[in-house]
Amino acid sequence: MKRRAASAWGPAQAVASALLGVFLVLPVAALFTTLTWSDFLGGLDNPLLLPALKLSFLTTTSSLALVVVLGTLLAWRVTRNPGRLSRLLEILSQLPAVIPPAVAGVGLLLAFGRRGLLGGWLDRFGVGVAFTTTAVILAESFVSAPFFIQAAIAAFRRVDENLIVVARTLGASPFRTFLRVGLPIAAPGMVAGAAMSWARAVGEFGATLLFAGNLTGRTQTMPLAVYTSMESDLRAAQALSIILVTVAFAILFVLRRVAAGRALPGTEVRGA
Amino acid sequence: MLEIALARKLGAVQIRVDLLLERETVLLIGPNGAGKSVLLRLLLGVLPPDAGRVALEGRVLFDAERGVDLPAEDRELGYLPQDYALFPHLRAIENVAFGLSRLPRAERLPRARAWLERLGVAHLAGRFPAGLSGGERQRVALARALARGPRALFLDEPFASLDPIARRDLRVSLREWLRDWRLPALIVSHDPADAVLAGRIAVIEQGRVVQQGTLAELRRASASSFVAGFTEGLQ
Repeated sequence: MKRRAASAWGPAQAVASALLGVFLVLPVAALFTTLTWSDFLGGLDNPLLLPALKLSFLTTTSSLALVVVLGTLLAWRVTRNPGRLSRLLEILSQLPAVIPPAVAGVGLLLAFGRRGLLGGWLDRFGVGVAFTTTAVILAESFVSAPFFIQAAIAAFRRVDENLIVVARTLGASPFRTFLRVGLPIAAPGMVAGAAMSWARAVGEFGATLLFAGNLTGRTQTMPLAVYTSMESDLRAAQALSIILVTVAFAILFVLRRVAAGRALPGTEVRGA
Repeated sequence: MLEIALARKLGAVQIRVDLLLERETVLLIGPNGAGKSVLLRLLLGVLPPDAGRVALEGRVLFDAERGVDLPAEDRELGYLPQDYALFPHLRAIENVAFGLSRLPRAERLPRARAWLERLGVAHLAGRFPAGLSGGERQRVALARALARGPRALFLDEPFASLDPIARRDLRVSLREWLRDWRLPALIVSHDPADAVLAGRIAVIEQGRVVQQGTLAELRRASASSFVAGFTEGLQ
């Protein structure tokens, strides 16, 4: 009996891997293989494409910059000052990852909408956030921040405490220690986290739709453009999807290469 | 002269250390958890003491009563941790130059190279730490600590991560270097063989210095079974 179980273990892994592999690849393959060139080129003419592509690029780079700058400082603080407050900060920063995007959209609206917690106050100064490009950036930052913060905390935790102490004894201020020791050592892990965070922001749909709306050129990002064009023309939606997937893959590939290039000398994993 | 009078409660251990170092090397020994490494952190300024005073060559580094607590970067102390803690992303020469930020940029690398030369590792200047042996790392780390011109030196188990041959060779070298540099130096150790490095041995147990003296004095009248065991290990 034991023997039979042991002999089934290898094939079970192979079958599971094959099933899951096919399942994960199939939709992407279908996107690319079920469209003719002429349909694809026709899709490129879709008037929604260019504004959505531009807006997605603008908003995701803005949200990435916001998340990386603030998230890096938060992650460094959490790792260098362990304590109850840091633990709380770490848990809170992971909250958006478990909130459904649509719920995040409602929450953002109730916080930053015209009558929201903070929005009401901002409105008095003539600042409206909801249904603007800023709302898109906030929605994308909200849903993507946990991915970067978690990666940055993990990367900073791997920086040996003795390196920090030695840097200080060598005359480096806490800020210089962060800049010259913490940051370069954690960089590969942080770049990988930034890539995941960016990918999440590019795909963001639910929170954006509820909090920012679906206005061409202002709040309609690529996923929203795919959704809108799908209502009238599946081919156009497919062409937009292919462009979105290709651009996302290209950027992720470049970021991974950058991360691999930044790996610490002598610590590269062979074949990785 | 390094004057140490420090107190700090850390978990179950109450550390209360009074120690005076001239320009000499003192070996700090004690069982695990006695507070040796904590004492180094208190001295370096990365862990705040609860009370006490530390002065080096008349300069006060910490004084609880007067509210003096110099940050670690201003204490002018050289520190060599057990694993040497070379910055993995910097070449050997850049590691040494890291502490030379007070010098004009053009002078940093030549000065760093001169220190690598003094410690016999100038040929490794362009290597990253991952490509160095344990002994080579120790020499680079020592060069880095000394290049800055520290007024005192703290070494935490300097030979623990070396193989026996490198350990023996480096112990001989370190003894000569310490004699040349004439700095107050505190060496935390577990190894009775390290006794040759120091003129005096201080024994710390449960956070307190329970005995001080030369090796012969410790052997003659051991204050505890730990001290007796340590001196026996030398025979």
